[in-house]
Amino acid sequence: MKKFKSLSSRLVPIHVENIDTDQIIPARFLKATTREGFGENLFCDWRYDAQGNPKLDFVLNNPRYEGKTLLAGKNFGCGSSREHAAWAIQDAGFEVVVSSFFADIFKGNALNNGLLPVQVSEGFLAKLFRAVEKNPETIVAINLETQQISLIATGETENFEINPYKKSCLLNGFDDIDFILSHQELIEAFEKETYVY
Amino acid sequence: MSRTLVEKIWDAHVVKRQSGFPDLLYIDTHFIHEVTSPQAFDGLRKKNLKVFRPEQTIATADHNVPTLNQHLPIKEELSRFQVAELSRNCTEFGIELYGLGHPYQGIVHVIGPELGFTLPGKTIVCGDSHTSTHGAFGCIAFGIGTSQVEQVLASQCLLLQKPKTMKINIDGVLSRAVGAKDIILYIISKISAAGGTGYFIEYTGEAIRRLSMEARMTICNMSIEMGARGGLIAPDEITFAYLKGKPFSPSGKAWEESLQTWKNLYSDYEASFDKTLHFQAEDISPMITYGTNPGMGMPISGQIPLISSQAAAEQASYQKALAYMGFQEGSSLIGQAIDYVFIGSCTNSRIEDLREVATFVKGKQKSEQVEVWIVPGSKQVESQAKAEGLDKIFETAGFQLREPGCSACLGMNEDKIPAGKYCISTSNRNFEGRQGPGARTLLASPLTAAAAAITGKITDIRQLTTYEKV
Repeated sequence: MKKFKSLSSRLVPIHVENIDTDQIIPARFLKATTREGFGENLFCDWRYDAQGNPKLDFVLNNPRYEGKTLLAGKNFGCGSSREHAAWAIQDAGFEVVVSSFFADIFKGNALNNGLLPVQVSEGFLAKLFRAVEKNPETIVAINLETQQISLIATGETENFEINPYKKSCLLNGFDDIDFILSHQELIEAFEKETYVY
Repeated sequence: MSRTLVEKIWDAHVVKRQSGFPDLLYIDTHFIHEVTSPQAFDGLRKKNLKVFRPEQTIATADHNVPTLNQHLPIKEELSRFQVAELSRNCTEFGIELYGLGHPYQGIVHVIGPELGFTLPGKTIVCGDSHTSTHGAFGCIAFGIGTSQVEQVLASQCLLLQKPKTMKINIDGVLSRAVGAKDIILYIISKISAAGGTGYFIEYTGEAIRRLSMEARMTICNMSIEMGARGGLIAPDEITFAYLKGKPFSPSGKAWEESLQTWKNLYSDYEASFDKTLHFQAEDISPMITYGTNPGMGMPISGQIPLISSQAAAEQASYQKALAYMGFQEGSSLIGQAIDYVFIGSCTNSRIEDLREVATFVKGKQKSEQVEVWIVPGSKQVESQAKAEGLDKIFETAGFQLREPGCSACLGMNEDKIPAGKYCISTSNRNFEGRQGPGARTLLASPLTAAAAAITGKITDIRQLTTYEKV
């Protein structure tokens, strides 16, 4: 997995609550059998009309906005467990998603791919939306080591939570699978001792 | 110490608990399907790993299969390739596959229980969020991502934080024409599409105890629609009666032993939950959704809530949802014309659902303006329906009985609802474009969907003179 330590970047705001993974990557694009290439269909139905022309009012088609940090309303990533959603966001160049609330499965999938979900308070999220909607060149700094996110222009900072184990995985680029496989003997012993269906 | 059922099952599966780390949790049963598994098998190949316990993984093809002419090669190239990949991976890694043409093929969350793989006390995962369905049998069952599918294939384990527990108690007796789908849509409308995030939910109370296994599966299935990773119901005589004699259920002495273990699967009387909610069955009416997440539901005879009734920060999203659906705040949905009726999905495609629909539509004709698709959850459900003559009732009514798969629930195959069209659907998600780009989905029970199929519009079945009982 790719390491993540810190990032300074502009924000790409999608001011919508309950963005489900069907919006992030619609089911009809889940036919691929590799992990690559989902970025071009990220938010496909919000980004393009039925003829495939870009919808100019959608933020990903707005040249004023760019950056490696996606900013979204609460309950981001709800719905389907498709990891393709995390792959698509990453494939489109994002390294961080900031929201006031993440759905469980999406959060796990993001962390397993080195995409950092940063959960901030409702108040701080509103502040970020206001700042970037006023000035698209607003920059945030995200530091995983100190678990802080800051608005560079004002210096306003908030701490965010992350499981210490997942933090260390991200900082070092470790995958769960390596950790789990290092416990193979223990797993086999568990099977012997316990009734396994 | 008193423990909840979730805690009992969880603790019994912890291989290693270490401070500062998630639990290393043993997984008893793993289901896979064609869409979320190919990248996991690729990962194994790249790391030169084998499947650790191939006999504990069961595969089927469901998400991406056609529901007509399944005996012919799949027309769409990418779908055909994806289904063929599943077959290749299962052969290479020694996994049992109930693929197209197999008498056990079907939606993964329908076949697991009906084959007897889903048993009380187990830990069960699948690369699909509706794995929560299996919790109806008193097991810990939840959806995972593809990286985790790879982990389970390689080790039969996952690294997970122990979830918080929530109890949802429903006392009382359900009113006429109200079923399991209405219960769960009601709960989600009360606690929102995010209200259960971080929790495993245990459903308790008289109204739950009276439900059949099919109905309990409908409830647990939609736990994820309020953000809960899983939902479960303690097993009882209804559970045991359902499981007895299933193809892979324990039999003989093993059955008797299992039964003794299963009877201890309940939350201790004094166990404490992180959160407890109480609802009353008599307060629940037939439900329908009007928006673009499953929390946007209301009694079928109700009015769409006003924008001003929503929290300020959520009004823009709420307005966007109503605009997408083409609905006005404050209006009723009764009489709203419908274009499609979809009866299927892992929420409501079991034999009991089909029987309920057939009982109501027997001798009736569908409205001319609607297209009605009934997609059974599995080959076994399909055969049972035919054995009972339900296919004839559907045919006479003008309903199409198709072949098993996920179908129009997510529109991955060709079963899509056209842009702008209204579909009353027994599935679980009314997200924008879920059933096809631009499709407008209204979630409801099989009975409410059947009523709309006959009248061509949203109908409160209790008002129909041709509706006698349920």
